[in-house]
Amino acid sequence: MDTTLEKIKILIAVREAARPARRAAFSLALPLLVFLIVTFVAPIVLLLFTAVNNPEPQAVIPQTLAALERWDGKAMPEEAVFAALAKELAQAQQDRTAALLGKRFNYEVPGMRSRVVSAARMALANPTGPYRERFLALDAEWGSPALWAVVKRNAGTLTPYYLLNAIDLQQEPDGSLQRVEADQRVFMTILGRTLFVAFTVTFLTLVLGYPVAYMLTIAPSGVARIMMLCVLLPLWTSLLVRTTAWVVLLQTDGVINDALLALGFTDHRLQLIFSRFGTVAAMTHIQLPFTILPIYSVMKSIPPTQLRAARSLGAGPLSSFWKIYAPQTVPGVMAGGLITFILSLGYYITPALVGGPGDQMVSNFISIYINRDLNWGLASALGVILLTVTIAIYLVFLRLVGAEKLRMG
Amino acid sequence: MWLPSYATPGERAGRIAVLVFVVAVLAFLVAPLFVVVPLSFSNDPFFTFPVPKYSMRWYEDFFAGNRWTDGVLNSFLTASLTTVLATVLGTMASLGITRPDFPWRKPVMALLISPMIVPIVIVAVGGYLFFGRLGLTNTRLGLVLAHTALAVPFVVITVTATLSTYDANLTRAAQSLGATPLVVFFRVTLPSILPGVASGAVFAFATSFDEVVVALFLTGAEQRTLPVQMFSGIRDQINPTIMAAASMLLVFSTALFLAVGWLSNRSRAAK
Repeated sequence: MDTTLEKIKILIAVREAARPARRAAFSLALPLLVFLIVTFVAPIVLLLFTAVNNPEPQAVIPQTLAALERWDGKAMPEEAVFAALAKELAQAQQDRTAALLGKRFNYEVPGMRSRVVSAARMALANPTGPYRERFLALDAEWGSPALWAVVKRNAGTLTPYYLLNAIDLQQEPDGSLQRVEADQRVFMTILGRTLFVAFTVTFLTLVLGYPVAYMLTIAPSGVARIMMLCVLLPLWTSLLVRTTAWVVLLQTDGVINDALLALGFTDHRLQLIFSRFGTVAAMTHIQLPFTILPIYSVMKSIPPTQLRAARSLGAGPLSSFWKIYAPQTVPGVMAGGLITFILSLGYYITPALVGGPGDQMVSNFISIYINRDLNWGLASALGVILLTVTIAIYLVFLRLVGAEKLRMG
Repeated sequence: MWLPSYATPGERAGRIAVLVFVVAVLAFLVAPLFVVVPLSFSNDPFFTFPVPKYSMRWYEDFFAGNRWTDGVLNSFLTASLTTVLATVLGTMASLGITRPDFPWRKPVMALLISPMIVPIVIVAVGGYLFFGRLGLTNTRLGLVLAHTALAVPFVVITVTATLSTYDANLTRAAQSLGATPLVVFFRVTLPSILPGVASGAVFAFATSFDEVVVALFLTGAEQRTLPVQMFSGIRDQINPTIMAAASMLLVFSTALFLAVGWLSNRSRAAK
């Protein structure tokens, strides 16, 4: 008994003694950790928050939402609700916030923007009751319980609306979840397309890169150095230079079409730029070095004598490769493939410049919703989906490969 | 063909096929890079091969107005500030992480590497929302802070790799002779890991210098960088001045590449 206690005491003492060293080591990394938390983690947390943030209803019509609390959800709301709404919309019209509120409700109920804006105009112009009749005279939809159910469920400052929308789901007025109309199911298509393009690019880089990595390990050092230069130079070249090059190559009167015509593969010029083919070709070109390098570093550590031993024991060239060599390269294939898959998921520049409308990835839609539609909630929700998929694959990578295995050049 | 003497004829034929395939892949890797160079010297505003007549007109156009040269200056300024910040923070963190007593190494390393992994648009949009609240959008400071976060993983990876071959007894010897931690760092540790720190710095510079998406979201016309200028040029109206810009960038990145190659040879020679 005593010895166990002694051991624990010693262990504690050792930990105590090591504490200053641990603290000193950690304090060196602390500035960078704090820096990253402020400049990198905090923005991402704000993005997550923006995906569920619902500030407009509570900011513009708080009293209406309070009055709606007593509403049973079945009949038309009572006059007090309409009176509160008229008062707050009149104020909103003065503050120029009515359009913002209308835009917010318009995401969930089509036509709400103009309905809110014209009601606000009416409320400011003539603030006398009875309000319910006047709202109904303006637009009979104001009597619909479904419309009021949507207003009521937005009483909170958080909403699942954007996240649901980003996976093509919507909340019915009764609160149940339903897939959106078939012609509006766009986001799962875009996510599927992003995964498909990333998978295609990963597959192509593995098929093209594996033999290159193998040759790099067996070529004489002079040749291998030149080969390595060919792998590393594109990695160092600006992404925009590489994308520019592909824009030029793929043009309808560009070099690739010239070559195809001259060789007789086609009798007319093909649409290569703004196409899936162009996007995948350019992305494969950009990602190839990222796939080759991890495979190469694993292959380099496999002793060539193993293949010789297999051959001397009577294995044929193909079976010794398949049974002895290939299984040992799996960690490299995993590392290279996962890195390329993760990076391909986040492509933005290349699809934007080389792809057509049908090749735009999740990232491109995030940018569209931020810049063109000013729908920050939906853009952030799409970001959350993309981030979730990426982090899931990053965790697989950390588990199978490990962050410390990442090397450059 | 780098085969053992006992290779079968079938094996030899297979090896030649693989070799042809590999040469084709290497050509696919390198050839597209150089397509911009002849076009940048073309007289023709359309991208036709063979180039009808050579001229310098697109280079003259590049240097004529402020549009492109301002972009180059902005890029250099942003990338230089980013390099300093990322190299200092990244080297300090690497010194801590490689110590044997460092706590929670795996999660900390996973966090430090994550800016390489998180899709760039998410960094850009998050930065746009967050820096917007702090009034840092459309400022150089905001762009430098965001770029530093992106560049730090490269510094950490290269410096920790170099430190893994550093002999910690040198530090102990210096300490036992009475050197303070700062003196140990500047006179013993830094000189021996300098090539690694320098390649980390070059990586950081290249990361910032080449970055488009975050710059697109965070900057206004005042801080417009060269890649942003190129991106909008290609999207709106592609013209040969972009080829001139791309060719010069190609030369510049090749120079950076050679610099890192030279540095890694030096660090290998130092061992």
